[in-house]
Amino acid sequence: MAFNRFVSHRAAVVSVFVMLILVVFVALSPLTARYGVNEAVQAPPNYFLTPRANAWLGTDDIGRDLYSRLIYGVRVSLVIGLFSAIISVVLGCLIGSVAGFRGGRFDDVVMRVTDLFLAFPFLVTLLVMRNVLGAIDWLRPVIGDISSVRFIIVLFAVFGWMGVARIVRGQVLALKEREFIEAARAVGASRWYIVRRHLLPNSIGPIMVALTFSVVSAIISESTLAFFGYGPQAGEGATSLGILVGAAKGAVNTGFWWLAVFPCLTLVMIALSINFIGDALRDATDPRMQKES
Amino acid sequence: MAEKVLEIRGLKVTFNTPLGPLSAVRGVDLDVRAGEMTAVVGESGSGKSVSFLAAMGLLPKTATIEGSVVLDGEQLVGATPKKMRSVRGRLMSMIFQDPLSALNPVHKIGTQIAEMLRAHQSMSEKAALARAVDLLEIVGIPQPGDRALQYPHEFSGGMRQRVVIAMAIANSPKVLIADEPTTALDVTVQAQILEVIQRVQSQFGTAVVLITHDLGVVARVCEEVNVMYAGRIVERASIMDVFEQPTHPYTRGLLASLPQAGVERLVPITGFPPNMLRPPSGCAFRPRCAHAIDACSKSLPELAPIGNSMSACIRARELVAKP
Amino acid sequence: MTLLHVQGLVKEFHIKTSRGARRQKRVVQAVTGVSFDLARGETLGLVGESGSGKTTVGRCLLRLIEPTAGSVTFAGQDLAALDFDEMRILRRKMQIVFQDPYASLDPKMTVGASIAEPLVVQGIAGNHEQKVVELLELVGLSADHARRFPHEFSGGQRQRIGVARALALDPELIILDEPVSALDVSIQAGVVNLFGDLQKRLGMSYVFIAHDLSVVRHIADRVAVMYLGKIMEIGDAETVYEKPSHPYTKALLSAVPLPNPRIERGRTRIMLEGDVPSPVNPPSGCRFRTRCWKATELCAMQEPPLEMRPSGQLSACHHPEV
Repeated sequence: MAFNRFVSHRAAVVSVFVMLILVVFVALSPLTARYGVNEAVQAPPNYFLTPRANAWLGTDDIGRDLYSRLIYGVRVSLVIGLFSAIISVVLGCLIGSVAGFRGGRFDDVVMRVTDLFLAFPFLVTLLVMRNVLGAIDWLRPVIGDISSVRFIIVLFAVFGWMGVARIVRGQVLALKEREFIEAARAVGASRWYIVRRHLLPNSIGPIMVALTFSVVSAIISESTLAFFGYGPQAGEGATSLGILVGAAKGAVNTGFWWLAVFPCLTLVMIALSINFIGDALRDATDPRMQKES
Repeated sequence: MAEKVLEIRGLKVTFNTPLGPLSAVRGVDLDVRAGEMTAVVGESGSGKSVSFLAAMGLLPKTATIEGSVVLDGEQLVGATPKKMRSVRGRLMSMIFQDPLSALNPVHKIGTQIAEMLRAHQSMSEKAALARAVDLLEIVGIPQPGDRALQYPHEFSGGMRQRVVIAMAIANSPKVLIADEPTTALDVTVQAQILEVIQRVQSQFGTAVVLITHDLGVVARVCEEVNVMYAGRIVERASIMDVFEQPTHPYTRGLLASLPQAGVERLVPITGFPPNMLRPPSGCAFRPRCAHAIDACSKSLPELAPIGNSMSACIRARELVAKP
Repeated sequence: MTLLHVQGLVKEFHIKTSRGARRQKRVVQAVTGVSFDLARGETLGLVGESGSGKTTVGRCLLRLIEPTAGSVTFAGQDLAALDFDEMRILRRKMQIVFQDPYASLDPKMTVGASIAEPLVVQGIAGNHEQKVVELLELVGLSADHARRFPHEFSGGQRQRIGVARALALDPELIILDEPVSALDVSIQAGVVNLFGDLQKRLGMSYVFIAHDLSVVRHIADRVAVMYLGKIMEIGDAETVYEKPSHPYTKALLSAVPLPNPRIERGRTRIMLEGDVPSPVNPPSGCRFRTRCWKATELCAMQEPPLEMRPSGQLSACHHPEV
């Protein structure tokens, strides 16, 4: 039934195919890319070339094929998006469900912390915390160098769990008064058992939705950071979607439109697709529409 | 016999669901006479509420309505929305189980009743508010002048139901349809509300259709009873006859399953209510009936007179002979 | 042999409301001093309207809600003295069936898993599948129902599943919290019969909480009538129904519509004025006095204690019916 409802959202179905194709392309990257990420196209002069046969989307300022760099870049961004989303969702679920179920002081504290973080402009917080965390030497072995992909994943995860926690807490609050929860308590189930066995499985819908939106949020945030020059620098010309979008800054003025258009289009396409999927997931799992019999 | 105010003939309602067409009402004929209280009794899935929601034009677009509903000489099936808006609240009103959902929480009670009055009669706001206070008094709300200035959440369940009744009779409709009006109320409050409905009926001459599953309520206040099962009326009888000489196996089954003094073991009706996506052929009660014969599955039985009642059981005559 | 002994049970809820700028702490006195005993194999009916506190009492008996004061003693053990683990062991002997068949089963778990859950939580070894089949058959369902999900069943069937789950641990006491109120009339009969049959077969005690007096009369040995958190009358079921001694009981019985037009229309009815007062501000003295046609000054000043009446029941009234 939920599957049927999902499938009736045509935009979402198209988006699923688009994302699947993208992911396959990107996963098979050494095969699908035509050049290495830092490799210059052999055809001097090779910089700022318009799209052509040996460089499908043109080249950048030092002659690297944009198409190949885009593939590698999207791979890095998707990795960042996926991992930080998964970590923040796991964290958010744990914290949100315990806060919702226990209530009382614990819940109050957690909610105020969440509110505190949500009160600051996200970007400012990111930039500040980036510098703060990056300066703490003893954390470096764990979370990586300030310019590494690992650092960015940790950064997004640590500041992304709040939204998920709120959603999960809301679900738990709604569910915990339901009689099947009381029934579990009546047979002596522990709090943790109830969270694990009843509350979380019944919150899968909103959690899935939160997951998709976290991915988009992370990808866009990464792009924003990179735009300002704080993106992941993994060395040896490695790139991310955000860095490519950031490079668009200079390209717009000088008329090298392909350097701006293709990365931005890709970003928009990914963000839209995931948003459509998230919307459809939310409608498909809406409990109001789930009176089956 | 009093004049007919509402005449329903061949009413059929089918819902278009993702799982296929659902026949909620499959051919209902009913007359409602001025000043009388008619009961429509049935369990969930019998189609009793849907029939009257259809008459009021309150069903969603996924519902297909066939047949005829004539109120005061006007055909309501297929009427324009504008027409229905003028009928609702003026010629025919409906009250529901949950009074809270009929009341707007952010407006005062007096204002809401006044709004009802001014929707159908030309009155100044002042006059409407004054009339609202009168109506509150008629339904038995103490200190009506003060209470008209209060909000729904300041009223208890029983009081809210009285307010809803006041709104429903504000324009002296010919027919009041009460859909399970007391089911959500405490037993002691239930008695009060039934008394209000009866009082309103005699004072305004309104015909009342009482939709309920509670046979006790019916025994108290109604003159005629229609028993519905699986979208059709299976028995129609006077109040005494339906309890003392039921002519349809379903009615008998229903009466036998009620807890009564001196009965050791309750007798439930075996089986389950039918799936209206795929109703059984012929008589819908057949799978659960102890007296079913082959002929019962052949065609939908029609209501036929037997004594002073009407029964949709082809074996009614034989069954009345042996108790 | 007394299975359950309840003494002076009190439950207060604190609600924070804000009237304008001021924060007010209001106390809802849901249950104020309820005492009764329950013998083995006996059914006690607990009746009352909304606000009577009957549901809260049921929850307190299982410590699903913590009582504010008073004691609940089950099989000689004071529940309040037990910690979480000791209470968990005792929970094997006391179970509950809920009112709403649609909300009492986890929609994501199969029926078999829900019925087996008590066994899993309690860490009981052995073949759960077999036990689940036994239980399903005991309540009139079949073995292949175990693989299905709650939404595939009707209300009456779900209620039977709830009963099967309650029986999983072989309890000695089952609290039935309005177990048939949400069911169609013709289905209610089957479920009520089931309760009777199970009791004959397995010998457990019931506390049957309901507002439907006719059903309670059919199944209960003794009945307690509650109003605004207190027991107004308690005694043998037949006696309470035939010779009620408390005015509220009388009014309640009078208000219940009987499916018999001859009797129903011939009765003189006692009409109570007004609505049930709020449990936040119960009337002083006797709580029923604001709606009672016999109320006197004494009723406002002094709360009547439960006293034995000639016909055998206890009631709390200064001017009992005779």
